[in-house]
Amino acid sequence: PHHVSTNSGIFSVLRNEDLKEMLESSKESLKLEAMKRIVGLIAKGKNASELFPAVVKNVASKNIELKKLVYVYLVRYAEEQQDLALLSISTFQRALKDPNQLIRASALRVLSSIRVPIIVPIMMLAIKEAATDLSPYVRKTSAHAIQKLYSLDPEQKEQLIEVIEKLLKDKSTLVAGSVVMAFEEVCPDRIDLIHKNYRKLCNLLVDVEEWGQVVIISMLTRYARTQFTSPWKEGATFDENNEKAFYDSEEEKKDQVEAKPYVMDPDHRLLLRNTKPLLQSRNTAVVMSVAQLYWHLAPKHEVSVVTKSLVRLLRSHREVQYIVLQNIATMSIQRKGMFEPYMKSFYVRSTDATHIKTLKLEILTNLANEANISTILREFQTYVKSQDKAFAAATIQAIGRCATNISEVTDTCLNGLVLLLSNRDETVVAESVVVIKKLLQMQPTQHCEIIKHMAKLFDNITVSMARASILWLIGEYCERVPKIAPDVLRKMAKSFTAEEDIVKLQTVNLAAKLYLTNSKQTKLLTQYILNLGKYDQNYDIRDRTRFIRQLIVPNEKSGALSKYARRILLAPKPAPVLESAFKDRDRFQLGTLSHSLNIKATGYLELSDWPAVAPDQSVRNVEVIEPVGSLPSLLLTYSVAVVHTCRIDSQNCYFTVSYKSLSPQLVSVNIPTFGPVKSHELLHHMTGKGLSARYHFPRQPCLYQPNMVAVQVTLTNGSDHSLEEIHIGDRSPASLNLHCFNTIERLEPEASVTVSMGIDFSDSTQAANFQLCTKDDQFSVSIQPAVGELLMPSSMTEQDFCKEQGKLLGMNETSATITLAAENSSSQSLSKQVLSVANVGVVSSSENNIHRFAGRTVSSGALVLVTAESRESSTALLTINTDKSIMASMLLRDLKQALAQA
Amino acid sequence: MIHSLFLVNASGDIFLEKHWKSVVSRSVCDYFFEAQERATEPENVPPVIPTPHHYLISVLRHRIYFVAVIQSEVPPLFVIEFLHRVVDTFQDYFGVCTEAAIKDNVVVVYELLEEMLDNGFPLATESNILKELIKPPTILRTMVNTITGSTNVGEQLPTGQLSVVPWRRTGVKYTNNEAYFDVVEEIDAIIDKSGSTITAEIQGVIDACVKLTGMPDLTLSFMNPRLLDDVSFHPCVRFKRWEAERILSFIPPDGNFRLLSYHVSSQNLVAIPVYVKHNITFREGSSQGRFDLTLGPKQTMGKAVESVLVSSQLPRGVLNTNLNPSQGTYTFDPVTKLLTWDVGKINPQKLPSLKGSMSLQAGASKPDENPTINIQFKIQQMAISGLKVNRLDMYGEKYKPFKGIKYMTKAGKFQVRT
Repeated sequence: PHHVSTNSGIFSVLRNEDLKEMLESSKESLKLEAMKRIVGLIAKGKNASELFPAVVKNVASKNIELKKLVYVYLVRYAEEQQDLALLSISTFQRALKDPNQLIRASALRVLSSIRVPIIVPIMMLAIKEAATDLSPYVRKTSAHAIQKLYSLDPEQKEQLIEVIEKLLKDKSTLVAGSVVMAFEEVCPDRIDLIHKNYRKLCNLLVDVEEWGQVVIISMLTRYARTQFTSPWKEGATFDENNEKAFYDSEEEKKDQVEAKPYVMDPDHRLLLRNTKPLLQSRNTAVVMSVAQLYWHLAPKHEVSVVTKSLVRLLRSHREVQYIVLQNIATMSIQRKGMFEPYMKSFYVRSTDATHIKTLKLEILTNLANEANISTILREFQTYVKSQDKAFAAATIQAIGRCATNISEVTDTCLNGLVLLLSNRDETVVAESVVVIKKLLQMQPTQHCEIIKHMAKLFDNITVSMARASILWLIGEYCERVPKIAPDVLRKMAKSFTAEEDIVKLQTVNLAAKLYLTNSKQTKLLTQYILNLGKYDQNYDIRDRTRFIRQLIVPNEKSGALSKYARRILLAPKPAPVLESAFKDRDRFQLGTLSHSLNIKATGYLELSDWPAVAPDQSVRNVEVIEPVGSLPSLLLTYSVAVVHTCRIDSQNCYFTVSYKSLSPQLVSVNIPTFGPVKSHELLHHMTGKGLSARYHFPRQPCLYQPNMVAVQVTLTNGSDHSLEEIHIGDRSPASLNLHCFNTIERLEPEASVTVSMGIDFSDSTQAANFQLCTKDDQFSVSIQPAVGELLMPSSMTEQDFCKEQGKLLGMNETSATITLAAENSSSQSLSKQVLSVANVGVVSSSENNIHRFAGRTVSSGALVLVTAESRESSTALLTINTDKSIMASMLLRDLKQALAQA
Repeated sequence: MIHSLFLVNASGDIFLEKHWKSVVSRSVCDYFFEAQERATEPENVPPVIPTPHHYLISVLRHRIYFVAVIQSEVPPLFVIEFLHRVVDTFQDYFGVCTEAAIKDNVVVVYELLEEMLDNGFPLATESNILKELIKPPTILRTMVNTITGSTNVGEQLPTGQLSVVPWRRTGVKYTNNEAYFDVVEEIDAIIDKSGSTITAEIQGVIDACVKLTGMPDLTLSFMNPRLLDDVSFHPCVRFKRWEAERILSFIPPDGNFRLLSYHVSSQNLVAIPVYVKHNITFREGSSQGRFDLTLGPKQTMGKAVESVLVSSQLPRGVLNTNLNPSQGTYTFDPVTKLLTWDVGKINPQKLPSLKGSMSLQAGASKPDENPTINIQFKIQQMAISGLKVNRLDMYGEKYKPFKGIKYMTKAGKFQVRT
């Protein structure tokens, strides 16, 4: 092998020279070819570090593939060639300022991956800048860079936490997963940073990419355990099988009658509600993380919603099955009921891998109860015959556990196991012996036949554990098999030197016990064995022999102890408890690496216990004060109006103004409430190639022409490049009278702009169709107004109203009796509903049960009078007087709909 | 999270390594090799192995171990799911995921791995985005590349990554607009010695191949959505709409993808489309055993059972077999003791059978267990659960696409105990 390695060494040196030459050539294709070969070397784990100077020169190449391969190389070797790596930094610094967000992001990505301590300040600066970048993608990259910088220089922690705090406030779903990941790496204990973002994270969760979901869910699980009180009923124990604790809790309950009933924090509920849909994710890690969240946070009766999804995961790859089965094993110990209906999903197939088989067996054993034990045992019978002997042995263990847990079947199991003693396979026999030993220990009295049977088999059994078990059994119950025991000891004396250590130890034990009970027959044998043991190679055996001799053979030195030899050696011993290997796994959070390995993994974060008293809930409150887009413009238009009250909540914007008409008669008309302002979609960003548009009716007089309806359009650029020359193109019908907004020269990515336009709908609800154009594209859009938007409020006195109404009778009157929804029966809410449907003005009324509203159509100025007369049993008579009869019937329909529903 | 990745072949050689943080020496894989040696079968290597300073999480696909090196606590499924996604991507790009294919395309592999993880955290795992970044190699493109020196790496930047529909690439154009959906159901069953069903379930998937221009918005509804008991969706499916109306509404990714996987509610009785008559006996003291197997169709709703393949792991004591198939071909591997019988189509008039004798090791005692028989089959044009697609509509685009729906039933893990 030596000369081979020299050869390849020379060869690679030669090749390196060639590669250097290729990299320094002026041909792009040669450079690329060289880089491809170098990446091939890196992939194979070969050292290509001496090419560093030649490679780093190409970092600013124009060819994207070449550049990317250089990045790969740079990140791999920068740590070894720190000085040379610095040569590339300025290229990245320049790219960080590039107008294209993807180039900025990729520059930050590579820069932060270069593990050279000297550039820490540069990285820090770049991260801080990127964290406030307009592009969410760049901000996401900065979140990733935080972790890289932290692992390079933990001293930067405080500054990095500041950046994390800033990024946690980010509303982009792109950023959420990455910043929470950074949080978990850098400062998982700073729970206080989460409070204000908790609700936002819960609400964003469904739209975050799948890997981010896993990280966020696991962080929120820990958060919830520190902030909310336990939803598990006081005193009710975790273990549904634990009867003693159950009775204890009865007593406790008496004391706690006066305690407040548990009410779940709405934020706690929010988390449970928003994670549930993710059980349908195709990503198995997401499903598992929701399952563990429910396990650790949900009220007991809700946990079972995760069962079906977990069982579904068993259809996935072998490795997925392995992890999921481990978690189900832990769950099924405490909550049999969750998985019992799916018992058959855990039946073993001959094609399963051994570790899958054993886990399924574990779960089946956990699920066994009086009702299903016969089915399970029948299934086990098939497994015992398996060709996979390790699995057959595990099945025997499982049968033993079923036998101890369910007393009804103990005898059946024992008989079955005895039958297995005549099995041809040694492992099976050995395992049976061990399990039988444990079972017999629980009820030794009735079973001396079995012990005799086992003694007979003893010669044929070679597995040491099984031999040791039989010896122990015979020793322990030697008085029940007085004839057989000494004979077994005789055989053992013959083969003692050839036995395994554990068999020797048990032989010594057997000898000692027989010496105490039957010294006449066995005294010499015992002495012979003790002598052999005295010179054994194993010090355990020498030690044991010396101890036993002192204990059982009385001499002057042995003192008081030997009097108690019988009581020491033949004391009744407690039967072993056969427990699941997953019994205490729940000390680890489910779904974690630590749970899977049953040891605490590096960086494992403990799940805290529920606090007895919930910490302050208000820390999660977030004041949302956001300007409502249309408010300022409304105020401007009604500059004569005096704003009385202004109430803004998250969804609606109402305000009450007292309105002074500009007409000579000063009529004090109280015109309440505009809105809510409903906005409608004009252009979806997907159809608009990134350009999206929404419109709403601001309900203000149109500035351009009095017969036009004012429309406000909000344009948003959701693409990554700026859009130019946004304007209105062709319209249809061609006669459509429309006042366009001025051409928008340039709209930057993420930016939005609101413009007003005017449309003459000619008092009809026919849609106005036109084209919204950018420099490169045209999109057909249409605005269809509701009939109520074609009106303008008109102010008049009650007398005038009645006079005008008198002129518009007969054909011009439309009326209907409607049933009011309970919410709309009060006069105030009735007005509110009418005003939300139609842009009309309230006419003050002298009668309590009659509400009058007046308006004019925008185009022709025809009067529209609305009267609502509330009657008994929440009905109302709606009357509309106008000569525009089509509008009247449409308006009536809209009003009816609005008033009939809440 | 994921520190490094090593690819290990069946003979225990590392043939590719990739590090996302500082370099971890490949000697860490020694712990993996130890576990590999201990395992009797390749599948028996535990997926999670602790070592003194790292944790190794591995998946085995196409006889290649993908071993990820982890340094601290992470949900193991996170890593496993990601590794499988890597394999799926390789398969998507190279058609097969073999050692040879990976070695041949090592540069593309490296470019892919570079994009899929940043500092060990998944970045771009959607095939649509990756294909925008790195074009899959085709014979034509490889030739053109060698001649012209152009590249695999997309000149375009991955705008899809930034959009609200990250699974769909932008600017998709086709001259023929088509959307095909395959409803594929698999029956998992264990049949006992006497022919009665111990457990049987139906799992199904809807795989789609959608080649539509622009940004189509599709809805797909079922005649009998109640059959679906438990579902999991591609992220494109609008969950709320499903909850409220049991309609699948989605903007599809471009190309092939799995829209939905489902489980048919266990209340429904599962129709078992084949039956097996078997008589496999070993006699004590004799060095001969009898093997007699007949297959027949049942509950197939008149459809033909095709591509039938029977396989069985015979007991170790069997030295050789002398069997006679009434149709198809059979092989027996005396080393692995694996018997396979490629039956083909079942003709109900003339049922296929495999009869003959097995020679056993002389003097050895008779095997305890009779072998389990695994059966694979396909039935075209039928979803065994009775699931039917009602309609498929497209919104958001003006052209008329060509739509097609195909049904198929397959055996999943279908075992007969004898």
